[in-house]
Amino acid sequence: MNNWFDTITLLLILSNLALLGSSQLGFCIRVVAVQGIALGLLPLLFGSAEWSVHAIVLAASALALKGVVFPWLLFKALRAADVRRETEPFVGYVLSLIYGVLALAVVLCMRSRLALPVSTDLRLMVAIAFFTILVGFFLIVTRKKALTQVLGYLVLENGVYAFGTTISSEQPWLVEMGVLLDVFVAVFIMGIMIFHISREFDHIDTHRLAHLSDWNQDETEESNP
Amino acid sequence: MTLALILIPAAAALACFIIRCDALRRALLVATALAHLAMTAASWVARPAPALGGWLAVDAGGLVFLSITSVLFLASAIYALGYLKREPHGERKDFEEGVLFTNAPEAVFTGCLLFFLATMTLVTISQHFGLLWVAVEATTLASAPLIYFHRHDRSLEATWKYLLLCSVGIALALLGNFFLTVAASTPGAGSIPLVVADLTAQAGKLNLPWLKAAFVLLLIGYGTKMGLAPMHTWLPDAHSESPSLVSALLSGALLNCAFLGILRIQQVCSAAGIEAFSREAFVVFGLVSMAVAAVFIIAQTDFKRMLAYSSVEHMGILSLGVGLGGDGIFGAFFHAVNHSLTKGMLFLVAGNLLTVYATKSTKQVRGVLDVLPASGILWVAGFLSITGAPPFGTFVSEFIILKAAFDKGYTAVAITYLLLLSTIFAGMAAIVIRMAQGKPSEEVKAVSREPAPALVPAASLGALVLMLGLYLPPFLSRALHEAAIMLGGS
Repeated sequence: MNNWFDTITLLLILSNLALLGSSQLGFCIRVVAVQGIALGLLPLLFGSAEWSVHAIVLAASALALKGVVFPWLLFKALRAADVRRETEPFVGYVLSLIYGVLALAVVLCMRSRLALPVSTDLRLMVAIAFFTILVGFFLIVTRKKALTQVLGYLVLENGVYAFGTTISSEQPWLVEMGVLLDVFVAVFIMGIMIFHISREFDHIDTHRLAHLSDWNQDETEESNP
Repeated sequence: MTLALILIPAAAALACFIIRCDALRRALLVATALAHLAMTAASWVARPAPALGGWLAVDAGGLVFLSITSVLFLASAIYALGYLKREPHGERKDFEEGVLFTNAPEAVFTGCLLFFLATMTLVTISQHFGLLWVAVEATTLASAPLIYFHRHDRSLEATWKYLLLCSVGIALALLGNFFLTVAASTPGAGSIPLVVADLTAQAGKLNLPWLKAAFVLLLIGYGTKMGLAPMHTWLPDAHSESPSLVSALLSGALLNCAFLGILRIQQVCSAAGIEAFSREAFVVFGLVSMAVAAVFIIAQTDFKRMLAYSSVEHMGILSLGVGLGGDGIFGAFFHAVNHSLTKGMLFLVAGNLLTVYATKSTKQVRGVLDVLPASGILWVAGFLSITGAPPFGTFVSEFIILKAAFDKGYTAVAITYLLLLSTIFAGMAAIVIRMAQGKPSEEVKAVSREPAPALVPAASLGALVLMLGLYLPPFLSRALHEAAIMLGGS
């Protein structure tokens, strides 16, 4: 069992760093898919030797959504929106990676201080869950495209989910609620595909979603007398 | 009864998607609003029994917010009768950028409105933190299509921002709930259920560092939804781009619901004895929100954005009131009532102005008192009320909060609060008075009209807030005190 934990932890760390340092949108979607599959397996590693129905259902739904359905939809959205397949960050890849390494260091230092009601070998997983959340935040804030922001949100959500499955096996229904966050992801992708975020703006670049602001009102007024 | 409060609007929402006839759907909207208000009123007479094993229950704080939601929804539903009638079908030109756009189907709009009511009701009566979280998430999903009613790129942008920011907030709130689970799992003795009553009863057993962390995450998570600065950036866009009756609901009802989510965790913190920590956070967020709002209200060129920033200000006042403690908590609850009624009225009147003037620019709207006398008077009265001028209820509640600040010895906070309030008063006065007076253009005069459904709801809300300034009914006062005591106030 420990081997599996180590594998998943390692996969999470590597996938997060890969997301920070990669410029290819298609590659990023695949990495997020791998992350989703790894996390989907997580509930099966807890508890007794035999798997409960509950754990299997949770694992199967997370695996199907995060590992298969969303990546597939994201690829569809990518094709439908017909955008340049680069992530276009505000912050360069090297700086992003440095942020990632720093965040990882902070989280690992924090690990020993956390007074968690879980066994020590799970603490590393909790720390990596925090790391995933931090990376997700960073991706949402520093990437220009709507699609990349959705990817960032998925990563953030993966971190929350990893934290939830690791610590709160006692409270009924709480981890399952994490799957509800996926509804937002679905809505975002639908937003890109159906509500034509690409068509009405001719791009899916949230940076240009900037008509509504208090800073440039004078300009808009001049152009629309 | 408790369940019926949620199920009736939800069932009506589903029916709206099936019903083909516009008139029938509108009638159903108003009928549901009336039924909801009647059930809420019945809850005042006799509190309904808890449902789902104590996960759903009507307590004093929840009842106050439920009533605000119900009253505002009825006002908006009546307003919607007139609004939906005058919204033209088919493509038309957007008055700001001249692009062609259509409306979302009316069935979707009405259905989502009712679903929105059901989810907000669920927020107010949830006693379980997990269920509360689900309800808050559901309000986001139900309200997004309402903001995107006018399908042009500005409202799409507003909806996208709203969804993205609030969903990040919601994800943080879920993390906060997980932290709360950690705090509630006592070594050896199993874990305490995440129901407010259980957590407060066994607050001594909670793991305090994790409870603090949970509080911070829930405050930031739900605070995003509530519009506390600096997480408020979605709010002005969503409020200015959605139809006015939706803005009224967002500002008057939804923000309060998010606030209630924060108050629930504050209830637990207060029982666990870490109030000193949590109150400080409330005071800081409160003052920052007021300051940010003040900066953006001065010289604001869009009157709906001005109202939206005023909501940020008032959410700051609520947060400040809770942070001060003592009478301040009572003041905050009372202020929530006053703010919602006033803001609902102002947004509905703003909708009337928008119909006639076809612009949101404060520079192009002139002579409202001349063109639309009734709306003009309501607009000025609403301005006086929202800035806390006597004799309106807002004056009383803002004064109670000020007094609490002085009582508790927070002189610097009290002075900052007064300065910010007066800055905002001056900023809004300059805008509102210029809009009310002056000479309107001839073309505007020609289209002036004020049908009854556009006036009656706003006027009734205004009358209510005026009444609250002069006379606070004993039943409301008791409930407000009861709610304040649960948070460690008086």
